[in-house]
Amino acid sequence: MSLLTDPRWGEALAHLPDYLGNHVQVSLAALALGLAVSLPLAILTRNRPAPRGLLLAFASIVQTVPGLALLALFYPLLLAAASVALAWFGVSFSAFGFLPAMLALALYSMLPVLRNGITGLNGIDPALIEAAKGVGMTGRQSLLMVELPLALPVMMAGIRTAAVWVIGTATLSTPIGQTSLGNYIFAGLQTQNWVFVLFGCLASALLALAVDQLLGLIENGLRRRSRLRAALGCIGIAALVAATLVPTMGRSSQGYVVGAKTFAEQYVLSALLRDRLQAAGLSATARSSLGSSVIFEALKAGDIDLYVDYSGTLWANQLHRSDIKPRTELLAELKTALARDNITLLGDLGFENAYALVMPRKRAEALGIRTIADLAAHASTMSIAGDYEFFSRPEWAALQRAYGLSFRAQRQMQPDFMYAAAASGEVDVIAGYTSDGLIAKYDLVALDDIRHAIPPYDAILLLAPKRAGDERLQAALRPLLGKIDIATMREANLRASGNDANSSPDAVAKWLWGKVQQ
Amino acid sequence: MPSSPMIGYAHVTKSFGSLRALSDVSLDIAEGEFVAIVGGSGSGKTTLLRLTNRLIEADGGTITVEGEDVRDVDPVALRRRIGYVFQSGGLFPHLSVADNIGITPRLLGVSAADIAARVDELLELVQLDRAAHRDRLPEALSGGQRQRVGVARALAARPRIVLMDEPFGALDPLTRDALGDDYRSLHRKLGLTTVMITHDMTEALLLADRIAVMRGGQLRAQGTPDELTRSGDGYVLELLRTPRRQAERLNALLPQGGAA
Repeated sequence: MSLLTDPRWGEALAHLPDYLGNHVQVSLAALALGLAVSLPLAILTRNRPAPRGLLLAFASIVQTVPGLALLALFYPLLLAAASVALAWFGVSFSAFGFLPAMLALALYSMLPVLRNGITGLNGIDPALIEAAKGVGMTGRQSLLMVELPLALPVMMAGIRTAAVWVIGTATLSTPIGQTSLGNYIFAGLQTQNWVFVLFGCLASALLALAVDQLLGLIENGLRRRSRLRAALGCIGIAALVAATLVPTMGRSSQGYVVGAKTFAEQYVLSALLRDRLQAAGLSATARSSLGSSVIFEALKAGDIDLYVDYSGTLWANQLHRSDIKPRTELLAELKTALARDNITLLGDLGFENAYALVMPRKRAEALGIRTIADLAAHASTMSIAGDYEFFSRPEWAALQRAYGLSFRAQRQMQPDFMYAAAASGEVDVIAGYTSDGLIAKYDLVALDDIRHAIPPYDAILLLAPKRAGDERLQAALRPLLGKIDIATMREANLRASGNDANSSPDAVAKWLWGKVQQ
Repeated sequence: MPSSPMIGYAHVTKSFGSLRALSDVSLDIAEGEFVAIVGGSGSGKTTLLRLTNRLIEADGGTITVEGEDVRDVDPVALRRRIGYVFQSGGLFPHLSVADNIGITPRLLGVSAADIAARVDELLELVQLDRAAHRDRLPEALSGGQRQRVGVARALAARPRIVLMDEPFGALDPLTRDALGDDYRSLHRKLGLTTVMITHDMTEALLLADRIAVMRGGQLRAQGTPDELTRSGDGYVLELLRTPRRQAERLNALLPQGGAA
């Protein structure tokens, strides 16, 4: 199928009003906040070298923090602030999505605004400031009538840089729950949907380019004292903002929000859950690509209403348990523990998505490796790859302890690329997922965990505290419980990893529902 | 000399850090006088001028303007009632000629219509074509035109006193001469009291009623050109000899009455 006639372009386009509107909204708010803080600071410190130096140093340090990390840091920070607010003032706010994204991006926008603001104000000919005083201006009048107008073109250049940075970095706010053009990129990367990745990149690049050009027109107008250019630029910006924001405004509450982590299985399952709720006459949307620590807190805080997690993950990460129990016992204990946070564990879907050490079948057979214990003898000459969190998870520590594993090298990889890397021999062993269809596709084999170092990972449906007594919701979801076996989920995941129109999460979710009904 | 001078400096001292810029300077300027303060760089002449409208503050001594101690007058109000012509214009580059000229009246809250009328009047006074120059930005003007706008701006709020900081220094000789003469007649016509600082004794002799000579922060001599020639100060006499020598050489070089 030709790239241009791919129906996924249409699917991507259908998301555009929502993604673009939210992207512009958060960028605009961040930039406005950034300016509201930075410009007064630039003005206040223009004649005070010591605080000015400190301020610029702070802004520079913020700038060196990678955008993704800065955004991720704001989530726990706000979460803590929200709980303090609740304890002291009895009010709380959502630490999810818009607020952390806006604050982090605002901080990110400060350096160019501050630097250019200070440069612009300090670069004014001192003779003109003396002239302003000499004709009888007060300090304030001199600032407003002479210094700021003269510094404006340089300040505008800083604002322009900040705007482009904010628009670019806003694509990284997807994992903390802020819908943005990054949704295309994150979802596309996870499901190997290159049309989405390309679309997301193009859309954010075009947006940044358009804003840069329009602000450039304003800057140019200010520099050449051409009112026409400045006015055209302002009108252009206003039109752009209006065109992107209006379609998202006036939309009523989104109803139930279904969360999804950042891998294909989660996209498929969240689409399936959303479809089930809609079929039951409930309004529902999916919020995808959430970071795996963000998503549980978001559920607890009620920012999302439901999602699918895995028993072993919660056992290790939320209950901080390193002992292993049989799956039914573990589920029962987990259910009791979650109930203390008022989270409902509605039930399991019927399959397990466990971590497993995976290697090419032929190589395993040649070396006589069937279990992880067999692997341990060869590990010192082998390399291993895992997803971004695996090597810092308790399961990895448990595996190393139980089998005395020590590999020659370890690497982190995008999950969907790991299987191909193992198949091609680029790495020897990967920490894969048992429900992944790619294990079969690439003729790989999962090694037996004979010492039960890895806990069971039943896929379980979790509901937010505020949905604990929601019978309509629970009735709509119950038909799914226990109905998805591992073979079905593997096939669904394999379909989702394809790079064609039938591989979109929505399409696979429909296929999966068909299988459930059989 | 009248009993109350228009501007009075009495035992004025000023230091910048360890540098003594003025020591014990006393000078009275009568209403309607045109006084030139002549000196080299570092002589203290600019410091003395800037003290007059409190762009800087004196360390010691007393400065009076129209009989009032300047320390008792709000500095902003003081500056609005004293015209100030800056070296090379000091025009605001982002404001049109009209907006530059009208700035002090605007600060004083004069209505836009009155300011517009006043600007037209002033453009005529400094001999700039109204239609051609009113809405231009300073960058579109020649040096001489800019300084004419600078003079118009200083006069806009009808001050009785005008302070001039080397106003014609950066201009070519012809423009400089014309501008000097034009200002001199404005000074007389409007009954202004003018203090001009310059490093050029010839300019001072040609324009001013009285000349004060400064060197190293001290007032070395003051008086009419005639009185200065009787000063016993060697530096003052040397300053006066130069224009005369130049005039004599020019007389010898150029045929008498042979202006082409």
